[in-house]
Amino acid sequence: MKKEIKKILISVEDKTIIEGVAEFEKIFKEKIKNKELEKSVKLSRTGTFGVNTKGISIVIYPGGVLYSDLKIHDIDKILNQHILKGIPVQELMPEPISERLSEHGFNPEEAKNENRIVLSNVGKINPESIDEYITSGGYNAVKAIAEEGLEPKDIIDIIKESGLRGRGGAGFPTGLKWEITAKESSDEKYIICNADEGEPGTSKDRLILEGDPHRIIEGMIIAGYAVGAEKGYVYIRGEYKISVERVVKAIKDAYKKELLGKDILGTGFTFDIELKKGAGAYVCGEETALIESIEGKRGNPRIKPPYPGEKGLHNKPTVVNNVETLANIAPIIVNGSKWFHSFGTEDCPGTKVFTLVGDIKYPGIIELPMGVTLREIVFGFGGGIKADRGLKAIHLGGSSGAVFDKSFLDVPLDFDSVKKQGGLLGSGSVLVIDNETDMRNYLENVLLFFKHESCGQCIPCRIGTARLYDLVKKLDKNGQNDVIISNMEHLTDVMFKSSLCPLGQSLIYPVKSIFKNFGNEFK
Amino acid sequence: MNVDKILKRYNSDRENLIQALHDIQDNTEGNYLRTGDLKKAADYFHMSLSEINGVVEFYSMFSKKPRGKYIIRVCQSPPCYIKGAFNVLGELKNLLGIDLNDTTKDKLFTLETTSCLGACDEAPVMSVNNIIYGKLNTEKIKNIIKHYREEKRGK
Ligand SMILES: Cc1cc2nc3c(=O)[nH]c(=O)nc-3n(C[C@H](O)[C@H](O)[C@H](O)COP(=O)(O)O)c2cc1C
Ligand code: FES
Repeated sequence: MKKEIKKILISVEDKTIIEGVAEFEKIFKEKIKNKELEKSVKLSRTGTFGVNTKGISIVIYPGGVLYSDLKIHDIDKILNQHILKGIPVQELMPEPISERLSEHGFNPEEAKNENRIVLSNVGKINPESIDEYITSGGYNAVKAIAEEGLEPKDIIDIIKESGLRGRGGAGFPTGLKWEITAKESSDEKYIICNADEGEPGTSKDRLILEGDPHRIIEGMIIAGYAVGAEKGYVYIRGEYKISVERVVKAIKDAYKKELLGKDILGTGFTFDIELKKGAGAYVCGEETALIESIEGKRGNPRIKPPYPGEKGLHNKPTVVNNVETLANIAPIIVNGSKWFHSFGTEDCPGTKVFTLVGDIKYPGIIELPMGVTLREIVFGFGGGIKADRGLKAIHLGGSSGAVFDKSFLDVPLDFDSVKKQGGLLGSGSVLVIDNETDMRNYLENVLLFFKHESCGQCIPCRIGTARLYDLVKKLDKNGQNDVIISNMEHLTDVMFKSSLCPLGQSLIYPVKSIFKNFGNEFK
Repeated sequence: MNVDKILKRYNSDRENLIQALHDIQDNTEGNYLRTGDLKKAADYFHMSLSEINGVVEFYSMFSKKPRGKYIIRVCQSPPCYIKGAFNVLGELKNLLGIDLNDTTKDKLFTLETTSCLGACDEAPVMSVNNIIYGKLNTEKIKNIIKHYREEKRGK
């Protein structure tokens, strides 16, 4: 009988690099060699495993057994017990999420266990290997186009029927966005992947870029085919060093396999992708600022309309999509729009990748169906509040979103339900704030962020953000706060109406919600 | 490295400007953009010096002032703030004996702040030449600085 090869994946990312993963990997390899296991064990690298690990972590297949917080002296145990005897090493496994859920009164079965569409490969394949992506079903969507002769219109119909909405924050229907650009007649069109991820409290796009870069490339090829674009750009923020390296390699490898370039898989369709690095500016995540930045200019947002779908990069029709949006495309093409509707809610099908941060026991990234509640996320998957203090607030959707109190815990998280409550689902950031935090200080920090990141092009935002920051510092515990608060609220109204882009407009969310939900702290 | 050589890696289409600026800065001792080099870049991309300055000054990763070999950027955005980002900054100031946006005398470290680095689940976070370090505490910060001091001496 042929002995089954065991595959060990080791997570190489920023947080494991500082823990010394390079040394760990080296010693692991030496030990495999010393024990003459090279033929039965294959060690390779992958991205991060998400919410449930800390320190150096590995997964062993078959079985997908996860070990976390590993030290060099654990290697022998893993090799002797798991690899040689086939007995998993219980004490090195992290506490399973299901236990955490039942601890907080959820039935793990019912509580919609972690669902992976977007992250299905992350932590399971080597992101630097195109072959592993292909073996796991990658590029099947592109192949389907070639083999089944799907027309651009068919693709747009599938995406429209799927109900996929943009995951970059605004929730705009992706199929409709593509259709607008497809209908434009132009000699050139472009696809841009927005990987500028700058919304505080969000690191999910990095996880996808580092863990499964080919998924993004595949999504872009399909988008290009659907709208008739022959050129795509991935715009990655300059700080994302590993993401840049992995995407550069992925693009190169895709060219080698003729999945990019001329006449892809004999379809007659040509598509090229180029990577552009940002250089540090939150506003460049706004689609028209991003376009200016690709053009080599200051990242000042443009006045809309015209929207990029009609006049974008070099004034040509351009689709700008978020990383997570594009990561949904290939699975939808392969599995169909009906399948996609089996996740999430009617108006927001699919999953959302949430970033859990702040005063929570298990911060991290988790993909769950749209419509999951904050209670499930915070107390179930996140394990509750750190140091068992009380929960005070949740800043949802990033710094530009609203801040809620406990009464919000059971609102389903999808674009529309959150909006109805006066907030934004935004990028899916869930920032948990415990009752040790002073909300005035917190608001000051939020306003510092906006003051710093306002691009300064339009007056309401440039002056408004600076003025709000001055005003919040004048609030004190025993002064006449009412006047200041009403001035601040009025200012955010003015900014909402008159700022050129959503950066200045969005201050109304954090400012007003903090005064509304935590007003007693400003008395 | 010679700036003309770096520029030649790119065609003179303005689209390549920011990429070329990264490249020039990364290859300049002191991690910054010299006015002389910017003049060359301006010529190369057919633009005026003031226009190129406008671009450089817009982006926080670019600097027109010489900096240290290692650039430490401490995240100050809300998720890191909640986890004590201001303490991290204070400790670094003490440890390095410099103020914000200053460089140590040995030209090893420059201390800057930054907005969210996209590693908030590891808060509080800082980066050293774009390598991210999370879950910072006094002990860890000391070790990281020590690591870079030794790396310098090792070379
Ligand atoms: C200030 C500001 C920052 C933004 N940052 C991002 C970002 O980092 N990533 C992103 O995908 N979208 C960002 N957006 C939203 C984009 O403008 C755009 O809506 C999005 O890329 C569209 O993609 P989608 O339809 O796939 O969601 C930002 C918007 C604003 C106003
Ligand atoms: S807020 Fe500090 S890394 Fe995101």
